[in-house]
Amino acid sequence: MKTAALQIRTPEGIVFSQLLAGPVTRFLAWFIDVLCISVLLRLLGQLLLVLQIVSPDFGMALYSLGYFLLSIGYGIAFEWSWRGQTIGKKLFRLRVVDAEGLRLQFNQIVTRNLLRFVDSLPAFYLVGGIVSLLNPACQRLGDIAGNTIVIRNPRVVEPDLDQLLAGKYNSLRQYPHLAARLRQQVLPSEAALTVQALLRRDEFEPVARIDLFAELAGHFRTRVEFPPEATDGITDEQYLRNVVDILYRGRIDAGSQKVAVR
Amino acid sequence: MIIDLQRFVAAERPCWAELERALDKLEAEPSYRMSLDEVQRFHRLYERTAADLARIITFSSEPETRRYLENLVARGYGELHETRQRRRRIFPLKWFFQTLPQTFRRHVRAFWMSLAITLAGAAFGGFALALDPGAKPALMPFSHLLQDPAKRVAEEEKATQDRLAGQKTSFSAFLMTHNIKVSIFTLALGMTWGFGTIIMLFYNGIMIGAIAVDYVRAGQAKFLLGWLLPHGVVEIPAILIAGQAGLILALALIGWGKRISLKTRLREVSQDLVTLIFGVGLLLVWAGFVEAFLSQYHEPVIPYSTKIAFGLVELTLLVVYLAKSGSGRDTGPDKPDEPSPTLSSASPIPHS
Repeated sequence: MKTAALQIRTPEGIVFSQLLAGPVTRFLAWFIDVLCISVLLRLLGQLLLVLQIVSPDFGMALYSLGYFLLSIGYGIAFEWSWRGQTIGKKLFRLRVVDAEGLRLQFNQIVTRNLLRFVDSLPAFYLVGGIVSLLNPACQRLGDIAGNTIVIRNPRVVEPDLDQLLAGKYNSLRQYPHLAARLRQQVLPSEAALTVQALLRRDEFEPVARIDLFAELAGHFRTRVEFPPEATDGITDEQYLRNVVDILYRGRIDAGSQKVAVR
Repeated sequence: MIIDLQRFVAAERPCWAELERALDKLEAEPSYRMSLDEVQRFHRLYERTAADLARIITFSSEPETRRYLENLVARGYGELHETRQRRRRIFPLKWFFQTLPQTFRRHVRAFWMSLAITLAGAAFGGFALALDPGAKPALMPFSHLLQDPAKRVAEEEKATQDRLAGQKTSFSAFLMTHNIKVSIFTLALGMTWGFGTIIMLFYNGIMIGAIAVDYVRAGQAKFLLGWLLPHGVVEIPAILIAGQAGLILALALIGWGKRISLKTRLREVSQDLVTLIFGVGLLLVWAGFVEAFLSQYHEPVIPYSTKIAFGLVELTLLVVYLAKSGSGRDTGPDKPDEPSPTLSSASPIPHS
């Protein structure tokens, strides 16, 4: 199955990933851009109304040129000045970037925008949509020619931990060195899975709920072993709440240290 | 291993903030040039941030910080490892007199291919019309061309009123935008491994050949030259250059005899394509003016000899310009004008 991320390994051995935008999100962003172009054209028409009274020929010529420049230059101008974003892309948190993580060049932007002439064939970007569905990096023809990809920067939503953890005593916190090791050992995907399981606990059948939490708790116990006095007498579900508390609470408590995400 | 995450974030944050400020400055001011000390500092900040990302990447409790660092490293990587020349300022005269003709000459074989395809189309169109004059509507699907040439010439030479009066400017704008769209389309169809570009050039040739044979057979060769030469000597080469660009794109896609990746091949020609298509746009703006304000006026308003002479002068200037202008040192499209801080390259990891 196709992954939705492109990973780039730098010569220093660091891997960073770019989440790829799918055809549907890109289509919606394009739809917003079409609306913006329509509004701009309407404004241009209103501006040229006065000129058309003075010289209809000149006014019509300017409108023709304005229509042409707006429809072709909108994407180029915005993506160049907003570093890979148009209004539609900004709304959907999408961005055009170089396919190899390098600096986006003007000629790449022009190429990908001029190739819209083929991608939009026969209507509604059918060719571009099919190509991006088949392409592992979700590229349309313009992206392939311009060596670009469209990435998305989803907003990170903080889980509502208060409903899980409020007012509970956490016996695992008595062992800060083991808590630190736990935070170091657990993968982000494991932590996210556990939070989701706890948040959706009431949706499970009672037996399935017990089995699921037993399995998850068993997994975390293999990662870091806490002394029996910290874990005896608490259910698997409570053990998992304590684990999540350790994994996430440290960051919440140190709110002043949070870093703004671009 | 990080024991105290909060302490780690607090200790490293100034470094991240400094890198972010430097990146913001570089992105906001493309013309900004860093001194050697600044480049060294930037490199150090980038390496430290990249190392921090590697350390924090497994921390489940810090997805936002991880994403923030990924963003910083991605931006820093783009700035640091980019070896293509950064365009600091636009020099229109240098671009027009040097870059464009040099780019044209660098890919002149694609231009000859484009011309050959068009000539083949013209031969086919001319031959088809000579063989079957009834095929005119199929070969030239434009109503104003279906008329008998002799009749049209007689009508135009007798005309006492300017049929384009009050609409010359808008007609000119229409011609410019229409022809530029056709040219961009011809270029873009290079992505069909050149098939689309070849079809566009061949079809364009068919129309030119059919029109030429139609008027020559009707004894209106002088009118034809006076009508087509003033704008055609610029418009037709412009379409040929658009075809040249489409074929360059197609050749980069196919990559015959080149042991470099598709991405590298496309990256190599990308700037040349943009240069050529901007040049085509410029030529077609001129052709649009000439067609609306000169080509549509015939004897007795403007003598054919004057129009033909004008066309020949234009053609000579265009040939000299494309063949000789900027014939000094060809700097090429992407040659760096200065050593970059690091020259290593990285490629995306294959998808799993």
